[in-house]
Amino acid sequence: MRPTKTVELLVGLFVAAGVLALFFLAMRASNLAEFGGGEGYRLIARFENSGGLKIRSPVTIAGVRVGRVRSISIDNETFQSVVEMVINHSTITLPADTSASIYTEGLLGEQFVSLEPGGEEEYLKDGDEIELTQSAIVLEELIGQFLFSKAEETPDD
Amino acid sequence: MKEACGRESLVAIRDLTFFRESRMIFDGVSLDIPVGKITAIMGPSGTGKTTLLRLIGGQLRPDGGSVSVDGQIVHALRSHQLYSLRKRIGMLFQSGALLTDLDVFENVAFPLREHTRLPESLIRSLVLMKLQAVGLRGARHLMPSELSGGMARRVALARAIALDPMMIMYDEPFAGQDPISLGVLVQLIRNLNEALGLTSIIVSHDVHETASIADYIYVISQGKVVGHGTPDAIIRSDSEWVQQFFKGLPDGPVHFHYPAREYAEDLYAS
Amino acid sequence: MTNRERDAQDEPFVIGRLRHLGRLTLNVFGKLGRGAFFLFWTLLGSREVLTRPGLLIVQLHSVGVLSVLLIAISGLFVGMVLALQGYTVLSDYGAEQTLGYMVAASLVRELGPVVSALLFAGRAGSALAAEIGLMKATEQLSGMEMMAVDPIKRIIAPRFFAGFLSMPLLAALFSTVGIIGGYLIGVDMLGVDEGAFWSRMQAGIDFDEDIVNGVIKSVVFGFVVTWIALFEGYDAVATAEGVSRATTRTVVHSAFAILALDFVLTALMFGDF
Repeated sequence: MRPTKTVELLVGLFVAAGVLALFFLAMRASNLAEFGGGEGYRLIARFENSGGLKIRSPVTIAGVRVGRVRSISIDNETFQSVVEMVINHSTITLPADTSASIYTEGLLGEQFVSLEPGGEEEYLKDGDEIELTQSAIVLEELIGQFLFSKAEETPDD
Repeated sequence: MKEACGRESLVAIRDLTFFRESRMIFDGVSLDIPVGKITAIMGPSGTGKTTLLRLIGGQLRPDGGSVSVDGQIVHALRSHQLYSLRKRIGMLFQSGALLTDLDVFENVAFPLREHTRLPESLIRSLVLMKLQAVGLRGARHLMPSELSGGMARRVALARAIALDPMMIMYDEPFAGQDPISLGVLVQLIRNLNEALGLTSIIVSHDVHETASIADYIYVISQGKVVGHGTPDAIIRSDSEWVQQFFKGLPDGPVHFHYPAREYAEDLYAS
Repeated sequence: MTNRERDAQDEPFVIGRLRHLGRLTLNVFGKLGRGAFFLFWTLLGSREVLTRPGLLIVQLHSVGVLSVLLIAISGLFVGMVLALQGYTVLSDYGAEQTLGYMVAASLVRELGPVVSALLFAGRAGSALAAEIGLMKATEQLSGMEMMAVDPIKRIIAPRFFAGFLSMPLLAALFSTVGIIGGYLIGVDMLGVDEGAFWSRMQAGIDFDEDIVNGVIKSVVFGFVVTWIALFEGYDAVATAEGVSRATTRTVVHSAFAILALDFVLTALMFGDF
């Protein structure tokens, strides 16, 4: 049965609308627009305590997202947290003495890895490890320290 | 498309047995449908006459015996062979079975569009010719829902002859028709059979109409052939079955009462 | 009395119940088997859909285009309600500005695929089941077979592909219109910051994890719902009552299937396996 011209037009519009909706969702509602595509390179960092860092947590430089945490595992010998991240911002190269710290967004928000580039001339390659790391701040320890220092300040009677 | 190989019988059925859900429908039925003639298969309702047509058309497989059409055993055919065979058989269903979302023209054109690559102009000519043969050329833009029962059947007939088949099977063509439609149909079936050199099988329980055009009649009851012959011979047959059927007697070999307990027993049961 | 009545009189209650259970089980398995064969033949018969796109286009119109209005209006309302409800809850945590992310995540991951599939089953699924069932009851399918046209290839396969292709498009439309609805309520009415609405959303919704998974869900739902609808129609008892029951069964079975599959898919996609 041959479809009429109207039917063909409507079906064409329907499919176009559906595809446009998918584009809208991909481009405007998701993070697809942020990444120009292309595979990134992996970097490893070991932390004493990676705190609330999760897979897919952001990796930033100066507040701009350049990658994501791909996996978090434990080193059986040193009992450190091994965080593997993927840097997929197309033009960023990092000096070998870059440091990685885990910060919290806002006061109680999600945790992320912030990279501070160093000054060396050699650059980090795929699979390299970031040597300088700073662990996440654990709230209980912070409060404990505070109380402890407060207790020290108080003069004994 | 009508090459019927000069055989005496176009359809040969031998010792056919068929069950449906443990009920025996056919018990060793044998019959022959001669080429170029109108053969009627008659019998009381529910004897499985439509089932017989389905067996001939390959929609059902026999449980025993054989059904062959134009020398080929139907249930042994592979599916594309079966489809080839079906293109040479036209079938008229009791309800017409027109496609409800197509108009009359498109319905008749359907087999042509599906099975041939003829150009539009040729299809149009063919469809108009078929519709003309059944007298409905002017109705070609109506939808099936706008047709009366008799008209729908005529359109279905035009569709059945669209590919110039060698045989047409009619499933209860006369059921529920008013006298004029009946007259039209009876004449159409006869004329088409002559004009197109068809072999026709009519399954019906309308004694008068069928007997008026059939060349040969088979009477089937309780799964067996209880009588066969030319209309004249049948009417004079002394089989009780045939007599009851043709005279329309309410009681005889086909009982009036459905099997039940003794009447007195039933009435006084607590 | 019938054989069945006679048997039922003589046997103990338990035996009768057991036999009933046995019959039910056999019926269910029989139906599942027929359904599997039906799917097999439909997929095999799909080649013709490619060579005769006209058939597919007509069905896309009947199944897809005619569902758009329902999907769009429903999506709009769902999005707006999400914004309203979400705002109330989020403001308890001072997190109103993440409303955009919340609305989009709810829609793209769950409500878009699931609700649009349920609506599709109710509107297009039941219509397909009724159409096929009616064709069976009026012997159109049988007539086609006798005319050497395979109804699976000519009638069923185009409808199957139309449903299967329409579903992700409809789900995307639902989510999109829902997000717009959420925007209208959230930003225009409730005062969420427009920039925050979109930027939090873009930061939080991951293309691979959320959008693609949502599309996969809707494709799976489309496949299953269309299969159920066409099979129930094809398998229906060839009477008016049979068709009516087939239509009802389509909607009920589709609903179960959608929700059960949603659970399985969500666990696989969003769980931590």
